[in-house]
Amino acid sequence: MTPPPAPRRRKTDWRGRLEIALLTGPALIVFLGFVIFPVVMAAYYGFFSWQGYGIPTDFVGFKNYLTIIQDPTFIAAVQHNGIIVVLSLVLQGPAAILLALLLNRKLRGQSVIRVLIFVPYVISEVVVGTGWSLMLQTNGAVNGLLDKVGLGSLTQDWLSNPDIAIWSLMVIITWKYVGFAVILFLAGLQGIPEELSEAAAIDGASYWQIQRRITLPLLAPTLRIWAFLSIIGALQLFDLVYIIWGQYVSSTAGTSTMATYLVTNGRNAGNYGYGNAVAVVLFLISLAVALVYQRFVLRRDTDGALTEKGKTP
Amino acid sequence: MTTLTAVKPPQRQISVAKTPRRWGTPVAYVVAVVVIIAMLAPVAFIIIGGFRTNSQITTDPSGLPSPWNVGNYLDVLTGGVFWQEVLNSIISATATTVGVVVLGLMASYVLARYRFRGRGAMYALFAAGLMFPMTVAITPLYIVIKNLGLMNSLPGVILPQIAFALPTTIIILVPFLRAIPDEIQEAAFIDGCSRIGFFWRMVVPLATPGVITVGILAFIAAWNSYLLPLFILNNSEVFTLPLGVQAFSSQYSVDTAKVLAFTSLSMIPALIFFSVFERRIVGGLTGAVKG
Repeated sequence: MTPPPAPRRRKTDWRGRLEIALLTGPALIVFLGFVIFPVVMAAYYGFFSWQGYGIPTDFVGFKNYLTIIQDPTFIAAVQHNGIIVVLSLVLQGPAAILLALLLNRKLRGQSVIRVLIFVPYVISEVVVGTGWSLMLQTNGAVNGLLDKVGLGSLTQDWLSNPDIAIWSLMVIITWKYVGFAVILFLAGLQGIPEELSEAAAIDGASYWQIQRRITLPLLAPTLRIWAFLSIIGALQLFDLVYIIWGQYVSSTAGTSTMATYLVTNGRNAGNYGYGNAVAVVLFLISLAVALVYQRFVLRRDTDGALTEKGKTP
Repeated sequence: MTTLTAVKPPQRQISVAKTPRRWGTPVAYVVAVVVIIAMLAPVAFIIIGGFRTNSQITTDPSGLPSPWNVGNYLDVLTGGVFWQEVLNSIISATATTVGVVVLGLMASYVLARYRFRGRGAMYALFAAGLMFPMTVAITPLYIVIKNLGLMNSLPGVILPQIAFALPTTIIILVPFLRAIPDEIQEAAFIDGCSRIGFFWRMVVPLATPGVITVGILAFIAAWNSYLLPLFILNNSEVFTLPLGVQAFSSQYSVDTAKVLAFTSLSMIPALIFFSVFERRIVGGLTGAVKG
């Protein structure tokens, strides 16, 4: 409400402010009330020993945090998250690039293939988890199929053998999320002018040379954004693990994540204060990873994307 | 392949004549077929499994139904539980989508086209929301909902879903709205259009591709949402489909065939919705990625 210079401007400024308030107000209220406030409260509750009834009074300082970082179950969950982050990038990235390149060519039935690749992404985690756990159980379809084709020696306890369970999880994750990467990369590929590869082709470059020297470098911003989303998603993985392995088996099968630890030891155990402290640790780890990533990898992209470049679509 | 892309209009005929493409294409098709089989096999297992009986599944877990048996599907479809959950999911996903689009579009319009102090800060605030996944806030969120008296009600799920979908929505929509040329806006103002009028007459129609994209993403996310309903909805009358599938599969854990039938029916709506709008998703993401 600083006094504006000219009287004519004062009226429009006042109207402008009203418009700004009316248009952004509802979004801000909902966002502050249901995102920012709970996050702040999570940080606050994390300092209490609290069972979720009434106002927390039993202030315990950093005791929850000390318990968390000394709990081998949590350390194991962090390690699983780390494995999932790395394997998600390694498994999905190259596969999705190849598929996107393939689908970017003139191919009959291309649009059908696009839809089908995206199907697993659209299906809910609960459906995916239920279906896959029925397929992978010891007397399930996968072992049945292996028996049938004479590879009975390969049958496994896919879900509860700790040496294998994390790989089963990675197969399911790759299957579910690779379609999203493909769609994202396809969108990125469409933004690359065809003239560039045409020119290279005239100069005698082969198909793979063109992809390596022209397409991939130009696709790099999309790749970096995808990797960012993938890392954050892998750090916060919850649904699939919780549905397939339930709340008890995941830690013995070696697939527990920070988020399943949070729900098991927070809400299910009735320790809301402790659960919130876990949430804070989970958030700080994600934040640290995101900041490092943004500082060293994404910086070039956000310079362009978030500033004025948007004016020329 | 190489020389072909240079010549655009008569592509199809040339592609038959030239050699490089001839060996390239079959490989591409083989890969495509393999990928599609890999993507669809688990889905097919769920759908086909629903047509089998439990004894068939026990004796041969990976076989085809013989005979085909529609009993499981009929049981699910004639029971009231499934339809109640479909209705709940439709209400939750539709209300979330409408809420996100309306609130997100209004806020994005201001962030894209108004100049005022604190604009950068406001954008940064919403963008920071990407860093706060629901997992982190879930316990306090549950308490907020409880204090608002919204436990076991669909609004208790819808409001947080709107809030958590806003960051993505705003980040996708702002570049769309910023891309509307200033000249159009000036012309509209000269013709006596107010800024709000400009919003309704020009911005809303021009932002439609972006709006559809964020709408679909919000709809699918809400349709599949699991963690939040798990905390908020404890009463089976307000269960959405994901909770319903899980409840059903633990209730009938012995009746595998019926679980498969229930599961496959529950994924149909999202699949239909997606296949109708698939093009829009790709188009919208293209705009967002190019930013």
